[in-house]
Amino acid sequence: MRRANLNSWLLAAPLTGVLVVFLVLPILLIVAVSFWSSNEFSFYPDFQFGNYEYLFGSSVAWKVFGLTFMMTAIVWALTLVIGFTIAFFLAFHVRTQKWQMVLFLLTTIPFWTSNIIRMISWIPLLGKNGLVNQTLIGAGIINEPIQWLLYSSFSVCLAFVHLYTLFMVVPIFNTMMRIDKSLIEAARDGGANGFQILTNVIIPLSKPGIMIGSIFVIALVMSDFVTTRFMSGSQLANVGRLISNDIGLLQYPSAAATAVVLLVTVLLMIGAMLRLVDIRKEL
Amino acid sequence: MSKIHYSRRNVLKGGVAAVAASTLPAPMIWAQNIKDVVLRQAGTGVSAFNEVAAKVKEDLGFTLEMTALDSDAVTQRAATQPDSYDIADIEYWICKKVWPTGNLQAMDISKIANYDKIAGTFRDGKLTPDSVIAQGTAPHTVGFVEGPGSTTFAAQDSGWMTLIPTIYNADTLGIRPDLISRPIDSWAELLNPEFKGKASILDISSIGIMDMAMVCEAMGEIQYADKGNMTRDEIDKTIGIFMEAKKNGQFRAFWKSFDESVNLMASGEVVIQSMWSPAITAVRAQGVPCVYQPLKEGYRSWGGGIGLSAGLSGLPLDAAYEYINWYLSGWVGGFLMRQGYYSAVPETSKLFMSEDEWGFWYEGKAAAGDIVSPSGTVIEKAGAVRDGGSFLDRMGKVACWNSVMDENQYMVRKWNEFIAA
Repeated sequence: MRRANLNSWLLAAPLTGVLVVFLVLPILLIVAVSFWSSNEFSFYPDFQFGNYEYLFGSSVAWKVFGLTFMMTAIVWALTLVIGFTIAFFLAFHVRTQKWQMVLFLLTTIPFWTSNIIRMISWIPLLGKNGLVNQTLIGAGIINEPIQWLLYSSFSVCLAFVHLYTLFMVVPIFNTMMRIDKSLIEAARDGGANGFQILTNVIIPLSKPGIMIGSIFVIALVMSDFVTTRFMSGSQLANVGRLISNDIGLLQYPSAAATAVVLLVTVLLMIGAMLRLVDIRKEL
Repeated sequence: MSKIHYSRRNVLKGGVAAVAASTLPAPMIWAQNIKDVVLRQAGTGVSAFNEVAAKVKEDLGFTLEMTALDSDAVTQRAATQPDSYDIADIEYWICKKVWPTGNLQAMDISKIANYDKIAGTFRDGKLTPDSVIAQGTAPHTVGFVEGPGSTTFAAQDSGWMTLIPTIYNADTLGIRPDLISRPIDSWAELLNPEFKGKASILDISSIGIMDMAMVCEAMGEIQYADKGNMTRDEIDKTIGIFMEAKKNGQFRAFWKSFDESVNLMASGEVVIQSMWSPAITAVRAQGVPCVYQPLKEGYRSWGGGIGLSAGLSGLPLDAAYEYINWYLSGWVGGFLMRQGYYSAVPETSKLFMSEDEWGFWYEGKAAAGDIVSPSGTVIEKAGAVRDGGSFLDRMGKVACWNSVMDENQYMVRKWNEFIAA
């Protein structure tokens, strides 16, 4: 018994070691630096709350956090609806497993190119003289190019949804494939219509997949800074950009404080979600 | 950190010399060793051209590795990672920020062959004897220190330079004449409601704030005591005016890197914006009309130079001096002038340019034949005249230099709010 105990400790040790060195220590360091002071070109150990005071006292920071939450909520809702629909189609409407796999791989093809390329390629499409505006003007639907297609919250949202929907599709598809088909037959035999099967059988059983996808999307959107910068033409800011601006200007302690606040908010959100669904039990 | 590597093979090849050296206690330097030297240069993209690195290898024998970063990233690297570069290719305002860290070493002007031919702007601040020195961080104010190890700037030529000037220019607004179709002659036009949703400004605080100041002054909204060193009140007012304009949708986008400004202009998203000279050339090379519009209030100017890392010593330091002397000897100057920049030693650059090129780029004369960019594309047809005219016309109308202010940290916070608002 004791020996077995020791063995399991030893087996867990390498992973624990890696996590402590590469995850826990860096995070502790960020927390520590967030209390440091800085001047224009250097930062030095200190223990003061100035960075947090500035962050919580700045109306701009509040606005930016607000915008980040709003963007996250919108993107989460859209990717969920789109991702769920695609996964549902693949799992229940495509009959043969071969075609299921072919179509599933098809949805991943855009992800073979880099994130940035997929994002930037929207720009020639959405610009004032882009394909969309030219087509609409050519068809006589509009006279003036639509401005809000690019460098707006619309374009940021569009790029996010395009970039991250797959992170919803994969886990939801995975859990749906494991739903026992006899449950659906039983529901039908019991007189349930298609909609009732969806809400009473499929959605409850897909919850773990939905949760995993949601965690991916929320974490990715909350921590993004590149997409927001490029798709808004630098005009919108999210928390990630606050951090990257600070780093660019050598204000590491202030960046660390913002990062700590962001980390805590994301952890709280994910913690709340995990309370709703016990992923481990359901997997 | 040593940049010279002695592999076993090299030592064997060295033969007698190697044996002699290993028995002698004093360090020996071999001329051929310079070929093994690798100098790592970190700098802003403006002067990081692969052609320069290739020419260094050809002319001097050693290897120059270049890293191009945006201005903020270069400042950050120069200030926090002194071991990551040997040569810092930075602007003078960056020098003002970085020099106090002690990461750069002062350079002995007696080792600089063409020192006497460097343009007056970098030595006593005067382009011609009767020039008025513009506001802001003028290069000569941060160009000298009292001596090696000194972290305070000297008021005049002290024999020890912080940066060896290499490149500079007079910046103004770029416009699309085909989409504006009326004359533009003032910085105030950037905020003209006529260009709502079609304007842009660069998102680099130290440079952007100066463009803003030129605009606010031209609009008659603010009279600055010194644009290059604003008070908190002046910063608040300046950023306030631009926040208002942003709220009203004046700007289509902000740009941070050179290529973004080219794309904004060439695609027609923007018709008037802050711009850099080679970006204008790049837009024109795509066949899109674009003018670097001279404005009645004058230019916002900037200068860059080469600084040496404090850690550089021995053979690599000698190589670095050789590189600097080569830099000022003309080939690079000619190369940069063809991009629309100015060389710090114009007279040596002339030797590497055709008479027509010199006339067009430097003297502001009409081109006799086609003007070709270093990459070989025709950028101006015969008869064209450079926007703004000659060197003296352009550099003589400098209203301010890119700056670092006493209230820099406050300004940066305000700038961040402007971008995030």
